[in-house]
Amino acid sequence: MENGNNNGSANGLDFLRVEGVVKNFGAVSVLKGVDMHVKSGEVLGLIGDNGAGKSTLLKTITGFHRPDAGRIFIEGEEVNLRSVSQARSMGIQTVYQDLELVNELSVFHNMFLNSEMTVGPFLNNGKMKEHTQQYLEDMGVNIPSINTEVARLSGGQRQAIAVARAVYSDAKMLLLDEPLAAMGAKEGALILDLIQRLKDERGIPMILIVHNYAQVFDVCDRVNLLRNGRIEYDKPVAETSVEELTELVVSEYRKARETGNGSR
Amino acid sequence: MSETTARETPGTGTHERGLVGRLLVGLIRVREASIFVVLVGLALYFQAANPAFLSEQNILSLAQFAVPYVVIAAALCLLLICGEIDLSVGQSFAFAPIVMYLAYDKLFLLLPLAVLVGLLAVALVGIVNGVITVYLGVSSLITTLGMFFLLAGLNVTLTGGFPATTPETNVVTQALGEYAWSGTIWALIIIAILQLVLSRTRWGLHTYATGGNPLGSREAGVSIARIKIGNFMLCGILGGFVGIIEAFRINSIDPLAGGPDIVLLCIAAAVIGGTALLGGIGTVTGAFLGAVVLTVLRNGFTLQGISAYTLNIVLGIAILVAMILNVYVARLRGAGRV
Repeated sequence: MENGNNNGSANGLDFLRVEGVVKNFGAVSVLKGVDMHVKSGEVLGLIGDNGAGKSTLLKTITGFHRPDAGRIFIEGEEVNLRSVSQARSMGIQTVYQDLELVNELSVFHNMFLNSEMTVGPFLNNGKMKEHTQQYLEDMGVNIPSINTEVARLSGGQRQAIAVARAVYSDAKMLLLDEPLAAMGAKEGALILDLIQRLKDERGIPMILIVHNYAQVFDVCDRVNLLRNGRIEYDKPVAETSVEELTELVVSEYRKARETGNGSR
Repeated sequence: MSETTARETPGTGTHERGLVGRLLVGLIRVREASIFVVLVGLALYFQAANPAFLSEQNILSLAQFAVPYVVIAAALCLLLICGEIDLSVGQSFAFAPIVMYLAYDKLFLLLPLAVLVGLLAVALVGIVNGVITVYLGVSSLITTLGMFFLLAGLNVTLTGGFPATTPETNVVTQALGEYAWSGTIWALIIIAILQLVLSRTRWGLHTYATGGNPLGSREAGVSIARIKIGNFMLCGILGGFVGIIEAFRINSIDPLAGGPDIVLLCIAAAVIGGTALLGGIGTVTGAFLGAVVLTVLRNGFTLQGISAYTLNIVLGIAILVAMILNVYVARLRGAGRV
């Protein structure tokens, strides 16, 4: 059974269900029938080698890509997402690894990018600042000033703002594409703390793409391995270990090298 | 993104600087302030060299001269901030009055309607520029280079290559450029509105976002296509509008008015004013001051009797110095020292 057996169909507890999702780019088949589910309040770690299609999977869930086949259910309802904004309006927020903050804009403008508060035709900067300040304090995100250009912040601070922004407009689910990429241990801990708080205090279900498997164990409840276009491994973190996960991925790499098939 | 420690302490270095140093840093930080200082310096120098510089008559001619550059530089500024460029705007500057003239003279439209037709024509030019760039994926440098030649050819073809005289004086022609200060008033109103749009509206914010991080902005749901095409249109319309004003001012519709000089000078003005050619950074006020500096340079040297050839040498050096400073300041900023 490739997808665990704890998810009977139409399970009311599943926030998100993905069934047989296929995505091709021209002749390249990236997702070949992905089955996946995330329960309410659950944090799912998604692992897999570079190019396994993890980001493609997230982008398919959020409507950035249209799946070529398969079905996606949110809270039991089948959805047919056509755009990222549609997914967003349903409360599904994504934080991509290619940080989507605008370096040239201030923290509070970034917080409200594309959902700005206005008075008539004009931006209501005062109100946006007020809300940003309050909100970041609530989330425990520390930055020097919300008027600072994002370019002047550290990688961890930027990521924290990106996550905070994603959660801001009543996110019901959060998809995080390598939230800890290119971050030092201290900065990574800041983000992990934030994720932990979101999980504990708000019970927001999340999918995290992670490369550092040790971090999976810090915050995730369950781990899925995406390989060959499918979820080939699905276990609660309590039943696995860093060594097992590493071995899983590395063995595939060895196999690929032997057959002379790049890992892509 | 591991250079975090350097960015967390942007203040370091400032402590050891004296008062003058800190003042300098402040000036460099607020781009507009440094250009303004340059402008005042230039004015003082030219006034000392020739007292006619600040005479009433010369101030009027300065103001009139600056109008097209100021407006086009400001319009280009928005387009540059969202990451695109319009090399054809100078030809739109010549095209709009020609279309207006034809609508008035050949189609017998009322003058205000003819003006509107002229503006619609350049709006269409902007849309074509935008659609080719955004949807067909041609770099705007190439799109608008093509449009530059297309319009240059059209301008000459439509007029047979001869300048035409503007319609007879009435309230409309007075308001649109014949009255000595009307162009300046229009320019100031346009600058004020554009700066307001850029710094106080969603359109402006999304313009910065589109140029600063196109991918991220799209992921946040910003309609990049709309912003870019809109700013192309704005650039075309304002270029055309100021072309009409200029035509009424000199009472002549010149098919050759849109040569490469005007657009290149306006790009230079915007860049001197702190607009980044790669997008994301810039202000209308900066572009405005940049255009005024270039006009003052030109006018001041002309008053001193320096020939046009020498003038270009000075202009070239001025642009290079400004750009080198720009790069240097950007480096300082990147290192978190300013």
